[in-house]
Amino acid sequence: MYPRWLWPAFALPGVVWLLILFVLPFYAVVGVAFGSVDPILLTAVPAWNPAQWNFGWVTQVLTELEPGGIYWDVFVRTVEYVMLSLAGCVLIGYPVAYYISRHASRTKSLLLILLVLPFWISYLMRMLAWINLLSPGGYAERFLSATHINDLLFHLGLVSDPNNYLGGESFTVIVALIYGYIPYFILPLYASLDRIDRSHLEAARDLGASPWRAFLHVTLPLSRTGLLGGAVLIVLPMFGDYYTPNIVSGAPTTSMIGNQIDLYFHGGPQPTIGAAITILLSLFLVLLMGYYMWTIHRASRDLPA
Amino acid sequence: MSQAVATGSTEAREFSTWRRLRGWITNPWGKPRFLVVVTWTYIVWSIAPVLVAIQFSFNNSRSLTVWHGFTTKWYTSTAPDINSVFHDPSLRGALQQSMKLAFLDVVIATPIGVMLALGLARWRGRGSGGANFLMLFPLVTPEIVMGVSLLLLFSHLLTLVPFGTPAQVLGHVTFSISYVVVIVRGRLFSIGRSYEEAAADLGASPAVALYRVLFPLLLPAIVASAAIVFAISIDDFVISQWLSNGANTTTVPMTIYNATRATPQPSTDGIATVIMVITLAAVVAGVLVFRFFTRGEGGRGSAIDDVAGFGI
Repeated sequence: MYPRWLWPAFALPGVVWLLILFVLPFYAVVGVAFGSVDPILLTAVPAWNPAQWNFGWVTQVLTELEPGGIYWDVFVRTVEYVMLSLAGCVLIGYPVAYYISRHASRTKSLLLILLVLPFWISYLMRMLAWINLLSPGGYAERFLSATHINDLLFHLGLVSDPNNYLGGESFTVIVALIYGYIPYFILPLYASLDRIDRSHLEAARDLGASPWRAFLHVTLPLSRTGLLGGAVLIVLPMFGDYYTPNIVSGAPTTSMIGNQIDLYFHGGPQPTIGAAITILLSLFLVLLMGYYMWTIHRASRDLPA
Repeated sequence: MSQAVATGSTEAREFSTWRRLRGWITNPWGKPRFLVVVTWTYIVWSIAPVLVAIQFSFNNSRSLTVWHGFTTKWYTSTAPDINSVFHDPSLRGALQQSMKLAFLDVVIATPIGVMLALGLARWRGRGSGGANFLMLFPLVTPEIVMGVSLLLLFSHLLTLVPFGTPAQVLGHVTFSISYVVVIVRGRLFSIGRSYEEAAADLGASPAVALYRVLFPLLLPAIVASAAIVFAISIDDFVISQWLSNGANTTTVPMTIYNATRATPQPSTDGIATVIMVITLAAVVAGVLVFRFFTRGEGGRGSAIDDVAGFGI
């Protein structure tokens, strides 16, 4: 009933917009990373022609990315922070999502609202809140001192100074990352747990599976897409995070890849190296994303339902 | 006979007590006490810090850690030594910049996104697969990558676009479009094409079918996506920071960031509170309008589904 050209015409403005302001910018990054630096002004001189590309900067970053290089520590630290934060999100988020999807009946609506609430509170405000709490004399700081949890954290080696949580502690950064990103993890997980047909569980129980076995062999595999989806949703932005470590620590000892990029653009401007790191980070994330797509594809092939 | 029945029922009762006890422990959908505690601890942990931040925006002292009584001076005072949210030029400027960007983002990204959603859902030809794929990328690209690439775009290729509000608006629209597409496309699939086909059978021209049938049906999703675009634009920190042009294009999240790196004050908590109230108001208004337009459609559970849907 509609003319054939109508729908492509509708898509046109959006597609053009994304081509100019999403795809073209990557070409700008490539041009700068593979370009040269003005010897006097120290500004980036991009190379737009692939024949003139200079791979020196990317190679330089790559050699420093080997063990012992200046980026190696930052890269390892970033992977550590992201993995530990992801583990924390799973440990806290799975029981919460499981409880709300499976057991909460009267309180389910209330819990869902409270679960979604952090989405609408600015990330920066949620980080600012922890500055209030963890500063010397703040509620959380006083609570941790009064209960001697600070001594415990110190003896476990989690913090190096039990009275200054905001002075460059990896522990604080990881807890802040968990706090910041966990809502984005719980919601897709909740959705996938909520979708599980309970008759599968009843079948497992009727066939003699213990609750624990039923969980391991029915619920857990069926929530895998939610777990993976939630993980991707938080891991990708965490790899590009620089503001969280800057806010709750600010010390170079807790800097992540994002901080390194931020530094090359906003600290002492060396956009060429910043662009080279950005390209490598993007490639790394594309690989992660590809792995995720591959697992999803395999899962959908194995489970036709 | 009656005795046998009695014994039987006693046995049955004992059996059922035993089963109840066992069931209480092992029943996979009984109420596990452990999970209740974990869930509510999580909820308190996720919300309480924000409540404390709100509390200290009303603190009658410069301290963010010790409570000195209630005041609203951090919002309204005109005293020169108090940088109150509504009178300090830089805080007011940040509020205005945030609102301006969010408004322009809604006005530009919503129509483009709605049209793109329609096009992508119904265009079956060469290039449609690629366009669908392209639309997903802004959703998974880390903001710093987008920030760097837009910064370099505007400094080397599209040098006509000045940093500050113009570049910030273009950046905000770029990451907002995909959210609009996801929401509107979902609604488009649940509507189906039968209403428009009925309209066409009754003699409506394509333009009339679009404007009088499809558009009203899409309106709830359009309103919802406008509310979400407003909220994500207000909350955005990275793109605004990378594309800003100094102090007069500082947004509220940037103000908060700068304050946390120096010395945050009660007015920092205050401006964060104001922006939170505005965001929540926009989202609640979006939910209410959505529910108003979709009333009587049935099927959908409660307002909660919509609210939860708003999170994704």
